[in-house]
Amino acid sequence: MLVLDKVSKRFGGLSVLEDVSFTVPKGSVFGLIGPNGAGKTTVFNLVTGLLAPSGGAIALDDRSLVGRKPHRITRLGIARTFQNIRVFKEMTLRENVIVGMHAHLGYAVPQWLFSLPSYRTAERRAAERAEELLSWVGLGGRGSDIADKLSYGDQRKLELARALATEPSLLLLDEPVAGMNSGEKQELMAVIGRVVARGYTVFLIEHDMRFVMGLCARIAVLNFGRIIAEGPPEAIRNDPAVIEAYLGRDE
Amino acid sequence: MSEWLDTFWLVYSNLVLTIGINALLALSIWLTLSCGLLAMANAAFMGLGAYTASLLTMNAGAPFPLAVLGGIAVPTLVALLVGLPTLRLSGVYLAMATLGFGEVVRIFLLNADSLTGGALGLSGIPQLTQWWHVVIAVVVVLLVLWRMRRSRIGRAFEAIKEDEIAASLMGIGVMAHKMLAFALGAAIAGLAGALSAHLSFFIGPNEFGFDRGVDILTMAIFGGIGGLTGPVLGAAVITLLPELLRSFRDYRTMINGAILVLVVLFLPKGLWDPARMRSWFGRKASRALTTAADSPSAEGPH
Amino acid sequence: MLEQQLVNALSLGCVYALFALGFTLVFGVLGVINLSHGAVFMVGAYAALTVVTHFSAPLWIALVVALLASGLLGLLIDVLVLRPLRQRNAPHLIPMIATIGIAIFFNSAAQGVFGAENLRFPSDLVPDKQLQFAGIQISELEVAIIVLSFALMAALMIVMRKTQLGRALRAIAESPKAAALLGIDVQGLFYLTSFTAAALGGIGGVLIALYSNAVFPLMGQPMLHKGVAVIILGGMGDIRGALVGGLFLGFAEVLSVAYVGSTMRDAVAFGLLFLVLLVRPQGIFGRILERKA
Repeated sequence: MLVLDKVSKRFGGLSVLEDVSFTVPKGSVFGLIGPNGAGKTTVFNLVTGLLAPSGGAIALDDRSLVGRKPHRITRLGIARTFQNIRVFKEMTLRENVIVGMHAHLGYAVPQWLFSLPSYRTAERRAAERAEELLSWVGLGGRGSDIADKLSYGDQRKLELARALATEPSLLLLDEPVAGMNSGEKQELMAVIGRVVARGYTVFLIEHDMRFVMGLCARIAVLNFGRIIAEGPPEAIRNDPAVIEAYLGRDE
Repeated sequence: MSEWLDTFWLVYSNLVLTIGINALLALSIWLTLSCGLLAMANAAFMGLGAYTASLLTMNAGAPFPLAVLGGIAVPTLVALLVGLPTLRLSGVYLAMATLGFGEVVRIFLLNADSLTGGALGLSGIPQLTQWWHVVIAVVVVLLVLWRMRRSRIGRAFEAIKEDEIAASLMGIGVMAHKMLAFALGAAIAGLAGALSAHLSFFIGPNEFGFDRGVDILTMAIFGGIGGLTGPVLGAAVITLLPELLRSFRDYRTMINGAILVLVVLFLPKGLWDPARMRSWFGRKASRALTTAADSPSAEGPH
Repeated sequence: MLEQQLVNALSLGCVYALFALGFTLVFGVLGVINLSHGAVFMVGAYAALTVVTHFSAPLWIALVVALLASGLLGLLIDVLVLRPLRQRNAPHLIPMIATIGIAIFFNSAAQGVFGAENLRFPSDLVPDKQLQFAGIQISELEVAIIVLSFALMAALMIVMRKTQLGRALRAIAESPKAAALLGIDVQGLFYLTSFTAAALGGIGGVLIALYSNAVFPLMGQPMLHKGVAVIILGGMGDIRGALVGGLFLGFAEVLSVAYVGSTMRDAVAFGLLFLVLLVRPQGIFGRILERKA
């Protein structure tokens, strides 16, 4: 589904990613792990169009993503959450999620200007869908709360709900369980499992090994900007190159 | 009774209409602020609207509606041209760039003698603005902005204001929306300029410079930019203040300045702040006071 | 002739640069566009004038008084207005608006106290003795302006680059929170910066009052507009930018008056400004940095 082929990224003389190639298969959970600073978030930034690659190809379902603006890439079906949370703090939960539906609320000027039925129906459906997505992630019934007042873990869930609202085919999750306690992590694992069961593809970056091993069907390992291993969890767990990369680093 | 009304109108009509025009200006800057843009160019756009409309009525003999349309069109076009490069800038840089642009316009108006009358300005502008012109303008603008807030465009503005990158990743075309806010703000300012020019006999280049820009910003911030009521209220109060303080004539400007500082320090969200009113007056009372115009969209269709 | 114009341009440019210096310091370190800088500039001029006319003080004392008066005003503004807004974490637009209010207040206060007319320094005090250098006439005042401006700027640059204080200020400019974590007395340095920037403005006020032989309540406003132009041209928050931008503006103005005509003077300046903004919005030395909290 998502194919990276010999992707590289250099900042000036500094090479952050070099010869990165892997494929995220449709309808499953794919994990990208690696020590801090390995370049994982850079990969996400390249895929979503916030950065341009110095070389290589990135394609979603055979359509090249390179050179496209971020909002266009979102409309092609890729949604993303952030390492440092970027929810819209002053909006309610419901509003946050509905922002995600922006591209799909197909009404134009006359409709909203004169409050025509098609506009009202679209808005009503949006509010209903927002409620639905909020309950998927375990935030049901809290639609009118202000996002800023949420706990850290709940804000992450909100980000996920908002990402789902953009009706993506591919979800990029950047450290989705960072800062959560084990109970919350279990919850989120279950949520992601349900999301994948509905046909979404999930591509995530994480440090928590148990989480990654428990959830992902395939894993790629990034170290110093290069892929050093790729395969199912059991293979990665026993791969000598991977073990060496993590030796001496506390996870 | 009607006699009292007539006298009242005779004395105060200009003041009331000025409040209306200032309300339009405050709303125009509210619009750009609601998208996170601090664009200090609306005074210049007002000037462009004023001059265009006046030249159309005076030199081309155009009927009033056409002149007003011209006064709206020219600033909008200029905004589209100027917006393209400058809206890439963020925050402070945008403010500076639009300030600079405003100065360029003022200097142009000052120097294009043959067209604009230069430093002497234009005088003899026919007083074509009726009270109901201003009323219609304010009502229409308020309606449009109110509906816009409740639509996905208003929501997109708010998202952009909070976090541009997150907004773009929601599928929102950030640049396109910024251009919309900027150009529409210019259109409203141009409308205000066209109406204002035909209310007063004379316009000059110095009316549309930095000081006017500051006034407009003050009215909006003072009134509160949380909703549509704030800018209108702010315009009314700031316009009326010099009248009320007439006895303090000499100190008027000083008091204006002091008020600005005090409001910024002690009323951070401006005069009209639903949240603060809630905490002061309790939910029921403040719900009665605040109108639907203050709450943004997405709580369901309205 | 050209050389004469160049000398005029140099002194004018230096005054602009001096004004812009204070302005850019506050922006760089405090992150605020201080639109009351014109008012402190004006206060310096009036303070010097008062001391000279009422106490018959020599000019150098007047300069010191101007420095102190403006500096203290700048400090007061920071303590009473800017600091509470900092503590509230107000978005950058808000302090700027507050400084607008302060400027309005002080400009009209000055008008109330001193009247709106142009006042002048006593003519025997203005150092306008003409000197001759290689066929060019230059007054003592112009020499003083140029020397003083360059000296102050050099001093500032040395402080910024070579001293511990300068390092601390640059750290604050990047991120006040991080600087505080490093043990830097951020609040104290904010006070110092406000004082120094305003003091520089005050000195500039006296110099321009002598140069143009006029002291009037709104004298800070046109300087403010020019100051904005200078730091946009030179880059906001950069000392070299203030100097380069100031000189550039001075030269552009003088040369356009000489060769194009005086009415277009401002047009040329702002036209150039606008072009720079379109092509390189951060100015010559500026960097588009998101200042971290």
